[in-house]
Amino acid sequence: MTKLTLRNVSRTFGSVVAVDDFSLALAQGEFVALLGPSGCGKTTTLRMIAGLLDPSAGTIEMDGEVISSPGSSLPPEKRGMSMIFQSYAIWPNMTVAENVAFGLQVRRVSRAETRTKVEQILDVVQMRHLRDRYPAELSGGQQQRVALARAIVVQPAVLLLDEPLSNLDANLREEMRYEIRRLHDEFHITTVYVTHDQAEAMVTSDRIAVMNQGRVEQVDEPRALYARPRTRFVAGFIGRTNFLDGEVRDGEVAFDRFAIGLEQFAEAPALSGRVSFSLRPQSIRLLRQRPPASSGSSAIPGHVVQRAYLGEHWDYVVRPADSGLQLRVTARPHEVFEVGETVWLEVDPRQMAHIQ
Amino acid sequence: MIRTKRARRALTLLVCYGVIAGFVVFFLFPPYWMAITSFKTNQEIESLEGIPLIIQHGATLRHYRDLFAKTDFLLYFMNSVLVTVPVVFFSMVISVLAAYALSRLGFAGAGVIGTGVFLVYLVPDSLLFIPLFKIIGALGLLNSKWSLVLVYPTLIVPFCTWLLIGYFASIPKELDEAALVDGAGHLQMLVLIFLPVAVPGLIAATIFAFTVSWSGFLYPLAFIFSSGEQVLTTGTVTSLIKGDVYHWGGLMAGALLASLPPVLLYVFLMDYYISGLTAGSTKG
Repeated sequence: MTKLTLRNVSRTFGSVVAVDDFSLALAQGEFVALLGPSGCGKTTTLRMIAGLLDPSAGTIEMDGEVISSPGSSLPPEKRGMSMIFQSYAIWPNMTVAENVAFGLQVRRVSRAETRTKVEQILDVVQMRHLRDRYPAELSGGQQQRVALARAIVVQPAVLLLDEPLSNLDANLREEMRYEIRRLHDEFHITTVYVTHDQAEAMVTSDRIAVMNQGRVEQVDEPRALYARPRTRFVAGFIGRTNFLDGEVRDGEVAFDRFAIGLEQFAEAPALSGRVSFSLRPQSIRLLRQRPPASSGSSAIPGHVVQRAYLGEHWDYVVRPADSGLQLRVTARPHEVFEVGETVWLEVDPRQMAHIQ
Repeated sequence: MIRTKRARRALTLLVCYGVIAGFVVFFLFPPYWMAITSFKTNQEIESLEGIPLIIQHGATLRHYRDLFAKTDFLLYFMNSVLVTVPVVFFSMVISVLAAYALSRLGFAGAGVIGTGVFLVYLVPDSLLFIPLFKIIGALGLLNSKWSLVLVYPTLIVPFCTWLLIGYFASIPKELDEAALVDGAGHLQMLVLIFLPVAVPGLIAATIFAFTVSWSGFLYPLAFIFSSGEQVLTTGTVTSLIKGDVYHWGGLMAGALLASLPPVLLYVFLMDYYISGLTAGSTKG
């Protein structure tokens, strides 16, 4: 049962196309992230879902009813959604408790029930002891929690978050990532989360919609997005990767100075002519001797051009077969190679994702 | 080295205090002069000998007594109050709603109207009173204090609207949007969220409105003739300056009493003004 559906939604500002033909369906209770660089249209899309902006084309439906369309839209105060802004937007003239109670008061909930619900939610976000403080007396992380409490206490149909962790320091960001996911799991709220940080998206979401210049590049679960990116942009935006361009010739894919048999690739039947692949640095193994031939891997000779030790892993740059290519390889801390050393690269072609 | 630093700091402080002292003397001298003159006897006021800066021949309450007993001072005071309260109320209502519409509800032409509102304020009241005289006459309000209730807003609303447009623009839109998404209607959002956050701006505008209305002199002079309808400013002057005889003692007493309400208002509102400024807004 889809909770929220966006059908071919577009939005233009004058001659600038901010969102181009965006379609997405969210199931009840699903957590979807809109991920992309600045200016890709993710915040504009979120504001259209909230009703703060009308689409120029296309419709947005919730529970089967159209709530946004170019001519008429349901105003934001009637949508039953909650939104957390990048700047938290906590009202400075009210205490923490009053901020959280506002939505309930607007919905004419009885004073006793309001008090109970506010206390409960403040417990959940661990802000109960600060209930009578004013926003100016709170830290960024605490304000963030107030925004969360205020958004969740009204049990919204859809929860919208606009880069909520951008203003927090790295440690707090990590902590709050888990907090947001935990709250989602506890209350089962359908959530749309806008961010430019791929780690945030990967940790919190059920599915991620990667956006670039107003268009959706790919919508998939985090693992599928990482292992099987379908476009060059997605491959490069999510994690680091190596791009290999080759041509299908005589039953094998010919790269620069080396080739891999066509039958070894996962999407072999679909490959023809010029093809491009994304190969993750962790998918390449470096060995001192040529590995025995096996059906699941290919071995390519090469030598180490550069290396960097990062404690948790080694970053190697390897030139395969004297080609013009330079491949980045991630190796475990004990796998030490010298610059200039000859190595063998073991690659599983099934882990090479075919990209458009 | 420490001694020179200390000496330099002491010198800087001395110069600062010297300048401040200069300003204090400059600004507090008129009220001081008003106060001592109002308590001096008539002989001392008119005498050309002695030191005018202090009371040398005994203070008296005679001028205050005469002010209340022999003039219509209390009536003028009441008229000023009757005029100022409605003027401030109506001006603020109009200005707040106009400023909100012009700064928040972005409609076509809002920018042009906003600039136009401010340009209207630049027309001086010494020019405006001529056409206004005709209008007030046509409305049959000449010689009535209620004419001022109609006319003062023409001076106050343009400036207050312009001031509030600027102030409202500094309030992050996200505060409004958060209230709307949370389910509040536009009016609820205005009253419960927006206006409380805008309190420092509202106070500044109210103080301006009050001051213009309370201290207005030209318009009451132009539109009101009989003494029963006079306000404080014109009333005190017309009843205490007869021909070329200036009753300085009474004039000063009247002026001092007339300046009390604005002072009290400012003192009362300053606390809210300052606490409004320090409440702060959203982070980031």
